[in-house]
Amino acid sequence: MSETAEATKDVAKEPKEPLFSAKNKRLLSDPLNDDNPITIQVLGICSALAITVQVKQAFVMSLSVLFVMIGANLIVSWMRNLIPGRVRIIVQLVIVAALVILVDQVLKAFLYDVSKQLSVFVGLIITNCIIMGRLEAFALGNKAWPSFLDAVGNAAGYGWILIAVAVAREFFGSGKLWGVQLIPDAFYEFGYMNNGLMILPPMALITVGIIIWVQRSKNTKLIEEN
Amino acid sequence: MDYINIFVKSIFVDNMIFAYFLGMCSYLAVSKTVKTGVGLGAAVIFVLGITVPINYLLENYVLKEGALAWLDEEFATVDLSFLSFIMFIAVIASMVQLVEMAVEKFAPALYGALGIFLPLIAVNCSILGGSLFMQERQYANIGEATVFGLGSGVGWFLAIVAIAAIREKIRYSNVPAPLRGLGITFIITGLMGIAFMSFMGIEL
Repeated sequence: MSETAEATKDVAKEPKEPLFSAKNKRLLSDPLNDDNPITIQVLGICSALAITVQVKQAFVMSLSVLFVMIGANLIVSWMRNLIPGRVRIIVQLVIVAALVILVDQVLKAFLYDVSKQLSVFVGLIITNCIIMGRLEAFALGNKAWPSFLDAVGNAAGYGWILIAVAVAREFFGSGKLWGVQLIPDAFYEFGYMNNGLMILPPMALITVGIIIWVQRSKNTKLIEEN
Repeated sequence: MDYINIFVKSIFVDNMIFAYFLGMCSYLAVSKTVKTGVGLGAAVIFVLGITVPINYLLENYVLKEGALAWLDEEFATVDLSFLSFIMFIAVIASMVQLVEMAVEKFAPALYGALGIFLPLIAVNCSILGGSLFMQERQYANIGEATVFGLGSGVGWFLAIVAIAAIREKIRYSNVPAPLRGLGITFIITGLMGIAFMSFMGIEL
């Protein structure tokens, strides 16, 4: 009896699913941890590693990815019934490339110095696998609102890893955060030295490796075979 | 700058993986065995060697400010460089498609080895990265651009074959459980990157 009651309730509910139903909330929260785009799905590593020397760059990059992802997911999800399956990759690339050009021009106009530091990596948002991956895996088969939430969740999951790595690298590498010196001069007089290795590219890889280590020892379900 | 210098520099000093982390996604996903690593690496050399020179021509005769002057005097002030991302990615996607069809028709054996990797390559960041670096560094002629493309491809090939070999061996080691798979690959790549830094400043 309870089954039929539930079934009727479902039918009654179907035309209007609440905007933040449990399913939709999971779309937002899963990518932050258990289904993180960087540490679990292994998407979008390239840019995550290259621009994490300073927190400011990482922040600007996360915002750009957030914008491109929301735009691309919404557009593809609206067009999903119009795109022929065989040419979908090229269609997606063109949509993403157009959005990235917008981001690039805005950065050049208002944040010229950051845009110079990010150099080719703004353009590389086009081939950032997070965006293509989510378009393929989610936006092509879902309505606009869930796609929007999926985009926000994944971009946030990408962003927090980026900023965490950048905080570690900037703090230990140059004693600063967001360009503000945090380690007092007195420390340096005692002989404290910045760890120059943290600024070099290889330490980004090792920092992400350590984040993965911590995450998987907390959640043993995620451990892989060798 | 002579060709050998650009070639060696793009392999070792400006290595796509260890210095710029380009193409990391497929590098991590396809490096489980040496055989697939070699296949994908060869496909990357091939596609970089083709797309970088084509995009060089596009950049210098269509997109750059004043590049259209060969068409007509009026166009000497036209600057289309804001279109470069979309043009480059369109060229890469269509070239990959063309190459795939050509290889399938004329070299079935090669297609058997590279076939499944070619579609992956359109969204490999190292390919678009190669074209964008070419644009940023302003090589003097098409020869230099080609050599740079091939050299970057060889550097990527070296990196993926090396990591695949290490991952094949590491299967027999006792890695801490949470670090298995992805984590240890990151850390090994980092250590290899530190080793590759010793090439910094080399000039021939």
